[in-house]
Amino acid sequence: MPVAVFFGCAFIAFGPALALFVFTIAREPLRVIILIAGAFFWLLSLLLSSLVWFIAVKASNPENVSLQKGLLIFGAVFSVVLQEVFRFAYYRLLRKANEGLAAISEENLSPISVQQMAYVAGLGFGIMSGAFSMINILSDSLGPGTVGIYGDSQYYFITSAFMTMAMTLLHTFWGVVFFDGCEKRRWWVIAAVAALHLLVSGLSFLNPSYEGSLPPAYVIMVLMAAWAFFSSGGSLQTLTQVWMCESPFLSILLYSGTTPILHKCQGVAILWN
Amino acid sequence: MNTSDSEEEFYNERTALVSSESPTMATYTQDSQLPGPADTETKEGASSRLARGTAEREPAVESEDEELTLKYGAKHVIMLFVPVTLCMVVVVATIKSVSFYTEKNGQQLIYTPFTEDTPSVGQRLLNSVLNTIIMISVIVVMTIFLVVLYKYRCYKFIHGWLILSSLMLLFWFSFMYLGEVFKTYNVAMDYPTLVMIIWNFGAVGMICIHWKGPLQLQQAYLIVISALMALVFIKYLPEWSAWVILGAISVYDLIAVLSPKGPLRMLVETAQERNEPIFPALIYSCKRTIEYSLPVSEGTVSLPFSDEETPQSNGEGLERSQEEPENQAFMGRNRTYSAEEEEERGVKLGLGDFIFYSVLVGKAAATGGDWNTTLACFVAILIGLCLTLLLLAIFKKALPALPISITFGLVFYFSTDNLVRPFMDSLAAHQFYI
Repeated sequence: MPVAVFFGCAFIAFGPALALFVFTIAREPLRVIILIAGAFFWLLSLLLSSLVWFIAVKASNPENVSLQKGLLIFGAVFSVVLQEVFRFAYYRLLRKANEGLAAISEENLSPISVQQMAYVAGLGFGIMSGAFSMINILSDSLGPGTVGIYGDSQYYFITSAFMTMAMTLLHTFWGVVFFDGCEKRRWWVIAAVAALHLLVSGLSFLNPSYEGSLPPAYVIMVLMAAWAFFSSGGSLQTLTQVWMCESPFLSILLYSGTTPILHKCQGVAILWN
Repeated sequence: MNTSDSEEEFYNERTALVSSESPTMATYTQDSQLPGPADTETKEGASSRLARGTAEREPAVESEDEELTLKYGAKHVIMLFVPVTLCMVVVVATIKSVSFYTEKNGQQLIYTPFTEDTPSVGQRLLNSVLNTIIMISVIVVMTIFLVVLYKYRCYKFIHGWLILSSLMLLFWFSFMYLGEVFKTYNVAMDYPTLVMIIWNFGAVGMICIHWKGPLQLQQAYLIVISALMALVFIKYLPEWSAWVILGAISVYDLIAVLSPKGPLRMLVETAQERNEPIFPALIYSCKRTIEYSLPVSEGTVSLPFSDEETPQSNGEGLERSQEEPENQAFMGRNRTYSAEEEEERGVKLGLGDFIFYSVLVGKAAATGGDWNTTLACFVAILIGLCLTLLLLAIFKKALPALPISITFGLVFYFSTDNLVRPFMDSLAAHQFYI
């Protein structure tokens, strides 16, 4: 039974991310590197925010439970802000790298577009964020134990898995929208992404009353998916063409938006290969 | 000297990430875990630590070179990510499942004689520093010995030393490993079957590594022996000594490879002067396969796309006639790059690098049950490797592969273990998400 929980939660949490990785990233070395570098940047942001939290905790009274919880909330909020800062820093780094790649290549065209980099960077952030949230829980779910023996929720594992999946996909969409906002110099987009991230994180503070945290997170995820889709060049027309071409919806997300509409089907097919 | 035919050492100068004809030398790792012959492992570690760089010999093709730098760079980075990841996965999986490699029963290597079972922290620190000094001195002495042997062309001795050390790894250590795995999973095994398994595994390994074999099989064996060595280090090095040794060996790697009088640099330069590859069994090479190659028999130099090449057009041609003719076919100055011309080229990474990366990640997995620390070290090492390869593409000469990765790995290990772990644990306890 624990093995069933382990596999179930693992696939719920990491299934979409794994599928995205296998089908869109694994074949391209440059994308793999950008993914791992994105994961590294997320890790750096986490490191700095844990440092701040750690200092705050050490400077405070460990007995005071509500203070500790308040410090934890402060730490989480600070971490969210820092993640967005590092996302911006990664955007700047990728822009520079893109210029370098374009300069080096033969036709002065970079082998990867900013939208693709946005998607991969977002996925990198998402995978690392999901992994750090979920892996210890997964390894605990294998071992002998009882869930919620002190009166906590019975649904700990499955809700963690669903929340992790939502966060992973949300990071991906936020990456796409964020980079698009930076490219077009729309600073309100950046502020909106940061605010939404804070909102989702804040909703999780309502746990263990999962009605308050999970459904809203999924609603926000669907909205973000739509936003990312439209901001990366998709449209309702594209959507119908996709269905006509019988390609999976997910490939639209990758669409770099630089190919003319007429070739969208071909583009989708090429991307899918 | 024909050190090996199993590795076709020729690298076209054009590939920015490819080393020149002579393989790069890595730093020497100390190894020899057992108080047995001190010769065995030292070779392993030593030779492999460098990622090879290319010596620019043909400025004429430089501009074409630059264009292809990054395009081939990304592929080479991934070609190294995969084996490094595999080695780490094997080590971490073993550490987490087979408890033998994390049990400390007081037995230590002779290279780390000072015990860490002391009452005071200061004493423990002092002992670990002393252990490190001894270990590094052993490595330095072995490296210099190897360089001297190489300089005076005592190839048979070196060859014999290498064969002995890989014999020990492939037979003795894999036997121990298999025994521990069987114990962990309570598998009943009889000696005749075991002898057959070990004999086949070892014999094929020896042939693949020291003579000829399919490239992927050779790569797989090199990964396996690196993992075995790393496991031995994880078991027999005391806690603090291991961390200090990791730090010290990256500093040593830096000095040995980059300073003009460094033993490894001298080794690389001597090998380059003589146009010889560095020893087999010490370097992992990821050659990309030729896409349109025909099976080439001895003596023929024809490959479908190399019509403008003549075998001896390159001044620094290989003298070895027994080498596979594919080497000669690549020696041209006037190769044009077209889409079908997928030449054989690849980056080389020393086995010592594999070993120390895996030691770092394995120790992160061994101490404490936290997977976040292991994952953080893994990502840090991969990013360090990526940066090292980027530097290789820029500087085009042999570079130490340890310093950047190990520095990142150490920083991330200690910070994740002490700072991030309590934070993430508290968040998980309340189910907060960031």
